Amino acid sequence: SIIKEMAASSAVTADYVLKPPPYSLDALEPFMSRQTLEFHWGKHHRAYVDNLKKQVLGSDLEGKTLDHIILNTYNNGDLLPAFNNAAQAWNHEFFWESMKPGGGGKPSGELLALLERDFTSYEKFYDEFNAAAATQFGAGWAWLAYADNKLKVMKTPNAVNPLVLGSFPLLTIDVWEHAYYLDFQNRRPDYIKTFMNNLVSWEAVSSRLHAAKAASSSSA
Amino acid sequence: MASCVVTTSSFCTVSDSSIRLKSSKLVHLQRRRSLGSRGGLKVEAYYGLKTPPYPLDALEPYMSQRTLEVHWGKHHRGYVDNLNKQLGKDDKLYGYTMEELIKATYNNGNPLPEFNNAAQVYNHDFFWESMQPGGGDMPQKGVLEQIEKDFGSFTNFREKFTNAALTQFGSGWVWLVLKREERRLEVVKTSNAINPLVWDDIVCERVSLIFSCYKVMFPLDHMYFCCCCLQPIISLDVWEHSYYIDYKNERGKYINTFLNHLVSWNAAMSRMARAEAFVNLGEPNIPIA
Repeated sequence: SIIKEMAASSAVTADYVLKPPPYSLDALEPFMSRQTLEFHWGKHHRAYVDNLKKQVLGSDLEGKTLDHIILNTYNNGDLLPAFNNAAQAWNHEFFWESMKPGGGGKPSGELLALLERDFTSYEKFYDEFNAAAATQFGAGWAWLAYADNKLKVMKTPNAVNPLVLGSFPLLTIDVWEHAYYLDFQNRRPDYIKTFMNNLVSWEAVSSRLHAAKAASSSSA
Repeated sequence: MASCVVTTSSFCTVSDSSIRLKSSKLVHLQRRRSLGSRGGLKVEAYYGLKTPPYPLDALEPYMSQRTLEVHWGKHHRGYVDNLNKQLGKDDKLYGYTMEELIKATYNNGNPLPEFNNAAQVYNHDFFWESMQPGGGDMPQKGVLEQIEKDFGSFTNFREKFTNAALTQFGSGWVWLVLKREERRLEVVKTSNAINPLVWDDIVCERVSLIFSCYKVMFPLDHMYFCCCCLQPIISLDVWEHSYYIDYKNERGKYINTFLNHLVSWNAAMSRMARAEAFVNLGEPNIPIA
């Protein structure tokens, strides 16, 4: 199915591996502290990977790819046991790769053109993404995603991601409190602003968009 | 508890001086507003931020002052402020006690925008009062007997409570509740702002009238006068904001510390006594004025 193609081409590894972020743990300072990376990647993300391994061992999911597990345990929202760990492993790898040192600001070229086409302006996109991230109550994620040849903003609770909702993820921000508590405590809006202004990797978004379009047209 | 309803035949003690008392009957009122320059009284419904029953550093070293400052002073305060902003928009949700407001805005599982804020105000008030300095350890007498009867042993209760707290994925709460009809204790976990009150389908109107009289007898407990099927007895906040400053990712350590050093079995005892008193008295037969 097209979703499986999207997942496979999303560049997130199918192995149950704790992949390090594509930069050192202090590289996002002062916008996201080394301490945050040490805990968020080193403890939270690591635990999802380790617990997933334990969970699938000896089950019929053993040996299956990460995206296979995610798509098959979502079960239309009535989650099967391995979903949370699998999806969170995926989400976090995707998140680290959504950021880069010296990131943030406005994109350019094709990506900017598409944002302007689907949101009227970059500023409107910024506001919508901001609002989604700020109003996801409890734990969850906000996304820029691609589906039906359109860009859209989504927000999801807990471990849910656009893959299981039929959309190709392009960008994410983790709004679980553990993602920002050490650096921002309760000030989620400041965290979101900092992410948008200083951390987003538009290069990653662009290459994912490329892959999404390729996957869409090859399945058409 | 930060709100109360005053009837014509009883009075209510209020612990938060920022609350304005409203006169109202226990029916859904059409709010009358006096507008214009005649100096008419603009009455608003709003709720206050109740302080925990101990200073912010009293739970050290198990729950730091810094945590209380941010958790109570920012998160809890934020829910109160945002609720009041929402309620200020129009008056259709005026005239409720907090429990009623939660149930009304829960709207049978299709929550209104006010629900998250209202429920979180209640949940946090309840949580602060589920803890005390020098807490933890074992409950005594009736509470311990009930726990042993319903869980087999106190150790088994601890295990159940701990497991629920560890496995509540994302944000939420863990509760020890008294199932009133079956008269047994149970551990339940809830997500985000949900609390056991929303699973109750008994209309509390008539009973609230009674409990406003009881408030004279139980002045500390005016928050919990509720005819709930699931009466909350103790709660633990497992949103990450409640333990991240002190324990970071180590939720297990936080849960253990809560059970060993923070949980107020005194609060549990008085909440159970009231719930059982209500169970024993049965539904009162009182004509409504």
